[in-house]
Amino acid sequence: MKAQVAIRLRPDVLDPQGKAIGQALQTLGFSGVDNVRQGKLIELDVDAADAASAKAAVEQMCARLLANPVIEDYEIEIEG
Amino acid sequence: MRAAIVVFPGSNRERDMALACRRAFGEEPLHVWHRETTLPDVDFLALPGGFSYGDYLRPGAIAARAPIMDAIRAHAAAGKPVLGVCNGFQILIEAGLLEGALLRNANLKFVCRETTLVCGTGNSPFTRAMQAGVTRMRTPVAHHDGGYFVTPDQQKMLEDQDRIAFRYADGDNPNGSTADIAGVLNAGRNVLGLMPHPENATDPLAGGEDGLALFTSLLEAA
Repeated sequence: MKAQVAIRLRPDVLDPQGKAIGQALQTLGFSGVDNVRQGKLIELDVDAADAASAKAAVEQMCARLLANPVIEDYEIEIEG
Repeated sequence: MRAAIVVFPGSNRERDMALACRRAFGEEPLHVWHRETTLPDVDFLALPGGFSYGDYLRPGAIAARAPIMDAIRAHAAAGKPVLGVCNGFQILIEAGLLEGALLRNANLKFVCRETTLVCGTGNSPFTRAMQAGVTRMRTPVAHHDGGYFVTPDQQKMLEDQDRIAFRYADGDNPNGSTADIAGVLNAGRNVLGLMPHPENATDPLAGGEDGLALFTSLLEAA
């Protein structure tokens, strides 16, 4: 089963990389762009009986390694 | 003082840490590979700087799940001193032994220069020879992800519990750290993590020896 984990910096955490990307977009002439935030996407195949147990497994992975709850939020999506 | 330095794939300051230990303790420290699951019987553990696992996922994140970590937790739980410098600090935070998080430097640049640190508390085995708010150490930094982040609640807790070991001196914050925090202690006060490199300030030939006090303080504590 395919799973996707979207990891984002929490809104109260400063994101200098997102800021630099926003500045570069402005340099390129994209006006009206604001609040650029950079996150990461992790894709994985999980051997699980159904979507619910796959999600539960990925939830554990997020809690123990994939995300840092101090600074990051995450969303899990199970495909198929 | 029997010391051990824990080495991960991508550690690169373990020799510097060994030099500092030798200089301060007059004894050769042991090196422990991260795949080990037990530690030799030592008084002091150091996690050196570097770029373990190429900083993949988050700096320190993969190393913090290494086989040796349970033994490090047990050493810390026994009240024995643990020092994490730079990547070692990142690993201790990722392992949950210290609070907070270390973010990409606010100006996005790798910073490599000397900073002035001000001691925040003399109440720890590392700082007992120092005076809070008075003792200053010229100490180099070299990192890309050293912006110390804590929530306002965590910051208040650290302050209330007198657990901020070092701050960058006024105007000398190299990375955007919350409240100029450079180093913090755990609740037991025996685990210290900091971004600057005291082990690289232990020899006059290399620009100064302010950092030596942090190591010799352990001798008095033992």
